[in-house]
Amino acid sequence: MSSAIAWRRECGTFHTTYAADMALRPTPLARARIAIVIFAALAFGALAGRYELSIANQVGIAAVGALGLNVLVGFTGQISVAQGAFLGVGAYTSAYLTTRIGVPFWVALPAAGLVTAAVGGIFGIPSLRLKGLYLVIATLAAQVVIEWFMIHLVPVTGGSQGIFGIPAPALGPLVFDTERAYYFLTLAAVALAVLGCANLFRSRAGRAFIAIRDQDVAASVVGVDVFRYKITAFMVSSFIVGAAGALQAHHDLIVSPENFNLAVSIEYLGMVIIGGLGTVSGSLYGAAFIRLLPIALATVARSVPGIALNVNVLKEAAFGVAIIGFLILEPRGIAKVWRDIKDYFRLWPFKY
Amino acid sequence: MLARGMSAQFSAADLHLRFGGVVALAGVSIDVERGEIFAIIGPNGAGKTSLLNAVSGLYRPQRGRITLEGRDITGLAPYRVAKLGVARSFQNIELFAGMSVLDNLMLGRHVHMRGGVLDGAVYWGRARAEEVRNREVVEDIIDFLEIEHIRKHVVGTLPYGLQKRVELGRALAVEPRLLLLDEPMAGMNLEEKEDMARFVLDINEERGVTVVLIEHDMGVVMDISSHVAVLDFGKKIAQGTPDEVRADPNVIKAYLGEESEAIRAAERAIAAEPVA
Ligand SMILES: Nc1ncnc2c1ncn2[C@@H]1O[C@H](COP(=O)(O)OP(=O)(O)OP(=O)(O)O)[C@@H](O)[C@H]1O
Ligand SMILES: [Mg+2]
Repeated sequence: MSSAIAWRRECGTFHTTYAADMALRPTPLARARIAIVIFAALAFGALAGRYELSIANQVGIAAVGALGLNVLVGFTGQISVAQGAFLGVGAYTSAYLTTRIGVPFWVALPAAGLVTAAVGGIFGIPSLRLKGLYLVIATLAAQVVIEWFMIHLVPVTGGSQGIFGIPAPALGPLVFDTERAYYFLTLAAVALAVLGCANLFRSRAGRAFIAIRDQDVAASVVGVDVFRYKITAFMVSSFIVGAAGALQAHHDLIVSPENFNLAVSIEYLGMVIIGGLGTVSGSLYGAAFIRLLPIALATVARSVPGIALNVNVLKEAAFGVAIIGFLILEPRGIAKVWRDIKDYFRLWPFKY
Repeated sequence: MLARGMSAQFSAADLHLRFGGVVALAGVSIDVERGEIFAIIGPNGAGKTSLLNAVSGLYRPQRGRITLEGRDITGLAPYRVAKLGVARSFQNIELFAGMSVLDNLMLGRHVHMRGGVLDGAVYWGRARAEEVRNREVVEDIIDFLEIEHIRKHVVGTLPYGLQKRVELGRALAVEPRLLLLDEPMAGMNLEEKEDMARFVLDINEERGVTVVLIEHDMGVVMDISSHVAVLDFGKKIAQGTPDEVRADPNVIKAYLGEESEAIRAAERAIAAEPVA
């Protein structure tokens, strides 16, 4: 028929090779959308003010961390409340390597990922025997143990004061010491994490993760070594989370234990639940939602006299309400809501 | 009988399996010839599924030996058994409900692929070629099972009969030497049963796959299997060609006795008591 229609409507596209059918963004429309998103993100980096960029950096770093957590919780079905601690392992590793040993950021960042992957792999061992609530308790133990080390291993971690004077990343004469410069670093990290995960979950290893989540017995009888893949999932997840921790350390230029406590773990679980468990894009939406929520609330509070004092209480309450709201109304999160909206407009103006 | 055992591709010898006080298998032996369709029948709770689970490595028998092509596979982990070319379906469909039909079948290709986490994350060159190559194998199976129209559907949303077919597809994607099917036609209407019987026959004849089939529908069993073993109370009470088995007085008794479940349950409890 007409190619204009095929271009506009994704349902009208027909693929002639499997390779084309297996592409991440199989339709021209989807590719155009990605190009627009990338362009908008770059334009934002060039034009936005310092305050907006600092928020964007927080969102971006959280997005990488949430994506890492989603690999484990959403895609592999292994619930963890040690997210805060794993972020901390990455942040402290990078902080230590750059401040005490003088390792450049570009080496410290992957090193932080690898160290966190090793730690995550070890604390993932109980998942071989424990499921559901019992695994949650085991990861809670990991959170508590690691937090204890952050506070008490003073020569390495600086104790409750933490490590400060962390250097901003530098690439020759280019120093990422402004929100704007850091924004492009964060953006690159988000893009890499998103692309890597999207690829992972359309190929053999990632499919094995999802299979374990859906039906571990069936996974084992088609030849998936469930034990090995569970540990691998812990390691992959922790690698990404550790890298996010390092990104956070070199953005804040300081690390201290309260940034990596149990409340942080819960906050990240909130992100992946609200964004959408087991979806790459949902991790980004959830991170944005949770990071922007308090800012939006504060803005509202400023315009309503009298409640300004209670903003902190309001923040906690709003977080809880948002999670409960999503669990009841759309357990598959923002990613699903967004897909429904797209589906609606793809067929618009026809109902079906 | 001896001749069968000598040339068997797959055999289980003297399997004993109990769960606490419940005896699931009490010394069962079967020998399956290469290229045949071997049916296992028996009343509810006879131990048929337990036997397949022991073969898959999901249950570990307390006694006995399972061999595949001369190799002892007793107590091997399920994923290792799969690697040796044993695939199966489950009585209560066990699909990856959140994944598409395609992805479910691609999981059947797991043992034939190499790509790890890094290959996947990069998805370039070798890893990409591997995905495409295996996708082609999967598409052949999709054609064979006539499920082209649902290949991108999430399996959890499919009707029961189609899910059964997808599960067969996933097992086929393993390219098994031995295919274990646990009641593949249960709960189907006549037409679906006929389709499924035709698929099983084709798999056996055209792909040369040895099939071990648990089935309650005697008509199907008589039609497609070359050899039948009858289990009751965890014991093999008869075996032979379908005609031989049908005429066997033990079999008739076991099936007629099915109504008196309460008595049988009581007997089983007594049988399970440790002998002083
Ligand atoms: N995992 C288990 N734990 C405890 N008992 C079990 C388990 N699996 C099977 N059994 C028991 O072993 C016996 C044999 O069960 P099995 O499922 O093998 O029977 P079956 O022949 O497949 O029956 P059906 O025709 O109903 O599927 C039953 O008494 C069952 O309750
Ligand atoms: Mg059964």
